[in-house]
Amino acid sequence: MEIPYTVEPRPDTGLYNAKLGIWLFLASEVMLFGALFSTYILLRTGNPNWVQHPMDVPLATLNTMLLISSSVTVVLAWAGLRLKNFAQFRKYGILTLLLAGGFMVIKGFEYSAEFSAGLFPWTDNYMAVYFTMTGLHGLHIVGGMVVIAYLLGPGAKMWETEPERFTNRIEVFGLYWHFVDLVWIFLFPSLYLL
Amino acid sequence: MSVPEETSVESHGHADHGHGEHHEESFIRKYIFSQDHKVIGIQYGLTSLCFLMFGFCLMILMRWQLASPGSAIPWIGNFLGQANAPGGIMLPEFYNQLGAMHGTIMVFLAVVPMIVGAFGNYVVPLQIGAPDMAFPKLNMASYWVYFVGGVIMLVSFFLPGGAANSGWTSYAPLSVIATMGQTAWLIGMVFLITSSLLGSMNIIVTIFQLRAPGMTWMRLPYMVWSQLVTSFLLLLAFPPLEAAGILQLMDRVVGTSFFMPSGLYVSGEVLEYAGGGSVLLWQHLFWFLAHPEVYVLVLPAFGIISEIIANNTRKPLWGYKALVYSGIFLGFMSFIVWAHHMFMTGMGTVISAFFQTTTMIISIPSVVILTALLISLWGGSIRFNTPMLFALAFLPMFGIGGLTGLPLGLAPTDIHLHDTYYVIGHFHYVVAPGTIFGIFAGIYYWFPKITGRQMSETLGKLHFVFSLIFINGIFFPMFLQGLAGVSRRLYDGGMQYSHAAPVLHWNAFMSYAAFGLLAAQLFFIVNFFNSIFRGPKAADNPWDATTLDMAATTSPPMGHGNFEVVPTVYRGPYEYSPPGAEDSFLPQHVAPKEA
Repeated sequence: MEIPYTVEPRPDTGLYNAKLGIWLFLASEVMLFGALFSTYILLRTGNPNWVQHPMDVPLATLNTMLLISSSVTVVLAWAGLRLKNFAQFRKYGILTLLLAGGFMVIKGFEYSAEFSAGLFPWTDNYMAVYFTMTGLHGLHIVGGMVVIAYLLGPGAKMWETEPERFTNRIEVFGLYWHFVDLVWIFLFPSLYLL
Repeated sequence: MSVPEETSVESHGHADHGHGEHHEESFIRKYIFSQDHKVIGIQYGLTSLCFLMFGFCLMILMRWQLASPGSAIPWIGNFLGQANAPGGIMLPEFYNQLGAMHGTIMVFLAVVPMIVGAFGNYVVPLQIGAPDMAFPKLNMASYWVYFVGGVIMLVSFFLPGGAANSGWTSYAPLSVIATMGQTAWLIGMVFLITSSLLGSMNIIVTIFQLRAPGMTWMRLPYMVWSQLVTSFLLLLAFPPLEAAGILQLMDRVVGTSFFMPSGLYVSGEVLEYAGGGSVLLWQHLFWFLAHPEVYVLVLPAFGIISEIIANNTRKPLWGYKALVYSGIFLGFMSFIVWAHHMFMTGMGTVISAFFQTTTMIISIPSVVILTALLISLWGGSIRFNTPMLFALAFLPMFGIGGLTGLPLGLAPTDIHLHDTYYVIGHFHYVVAPGTIFGIFAGIYYWFPKITGRQMSETLGKLHFVFSLIFINGIFFPMFLQGLAGVSRRLYDGGMQYSHAAPVLHWNAFMSYAAFGLLAAQLFFIVNFFNSIFRGPKAADNPWDATTLDMAATTSPPMGHGNFEVVPTVYRGPYEYSPPGAEDSFLPQHVAPKEA
């Protein structure tokens, strides 16, 4: 017997399995990052000698723009598949991958600038929070890049055999990607601006 | 060791029913890297039973030390190594390792994988009429990630300095400056958390998406409800511990100071940390997981007990809806009671007052559940078989565990009892004769379904009687010691404290009871293996049950897809002794007769 609702949504929940799965996964991710943000708040408010080092706000703003754009392109990639336009999916999928890669490269420049300024995770707790949270977020970006690269490369064969299922995969990836963007939208002001 | 019985499980399936479409699958695909929820459930079950035994043996070593501090452990002492027990005499450092790893292994590697991994995996898809879990590959991954986490925990005993030794709670800053075993503990925990995340996602999606036609929410067996709430707890409570684990790993490996306060002196020297961290932060993050974890341990046991009580009283559960709503409410509340573990940390009376109020509130749904199960017995003609005996014993045992928790939930009384043996007695009553009795009840109940063979009732009853006597012999004296003020972490059992002297004689008594409990498990082990190979063939519905797992499948259930056809559900889960019907029970999937 086949497992039902792998592709088409179940009528009473309105979801196919993977979509509910990714929402639950994202709920647990909210708790993960929620705990880290709570840590940040608690440590910062509890420490009278807290030092907020000046960060490279222009570069981070550029990075924010890159990630927001990639959120748009991933939707356009999914829309391409919905319109049965594989070329559009390809174009915007690759663009998403490039934007994510650009984000990581800029992040790398930021890190190396901080290291050369003598700011390391063990310097103080602001730097510890900064490196831990942006590092974990960076890992999420890299994870997303691996997935979209797979879906653009060998994974794209599924478009020939099961187009609907492949479209769903892009949608599920898109949901994850929006979440990763959203985490950055919180990280940017709380680490760089406040 | 585990392969023969799995082989026999499948081979009966073939011999009896011959569903042969999957003959081409290799041995490895079928038994090792299987994607069938039933095989994965059995894998979880056998692995966690091994860990249950291993964790128990760690405690047997500790009990030897407590009964006769400083005397050589006979025979086994020779194998513990010079670093741990020179001449067979246990060192305090080794005692601490045993304590930390006993807790870790029992909670994260034995009981949760058993009650969620094994029972959740095996029973939930069958009870809701699903062909498998929603994500079979993810299911396989979650077992193997758990397995790797377990191996890391075991290997940590052989690291220099041994395994983690800062308690299962790993309180900072002690854990941050502890030996290398703590790093292994943290890495192992990250694996276990990932595994439970994958598993709980899978169970939730399965219950939401794969219910058979007609299986509405209020027709779900209570077992399924309890697994659903439990999975939400695992999904949402574990990530903060993962975050905490990452932060502690950063502290230990990279040298950050999330949990390291400024100017911390250890052995007369200031540590080289930037400082400014908060030791209380670890406790908050840890208990934010670890209190919902208590309900992760106990809710599925409620589920198992409910199935068995309804089945063996031959009447519907009393207050099914109250049970469901209480379970959900319990799940919500369990997220806002964690700081009752921290009354002694000086977090302030306002916060203490809040958490003691929520703690008193959460006892209400627990009492509702226990009362509903108790009233379910009333007026039933009870069949006293082995699963039912364990289920019946669960009620008062969990009751003792729950009631002794009230003085711990109230800040003023907790000040006296905190960190004493009273606490140990309290939560062991909840988990050992509570949850582990629930696990045994479940094993005896589903064994004929899983293997197609019956277990011996005589051996089962002997196992039950001796377990019940000895387990109370271990844990009840802990209340007496705890009320006298004996601290829980002393490796000599409290010999150096004069206030402990009047209750110290209990140490030997409790240890003999623990050895007796170990011996009583032989009945189970013999019964288990003997029944797998030589037990009498079980009927397809061995207990005349109404739920789909028992009534609509063969024993054991067929390999792929579980059911010949997708069952349609016509009624609630516990239609026992329906008025006017010929049979004593009406299975959920049997169509009503035409009027």
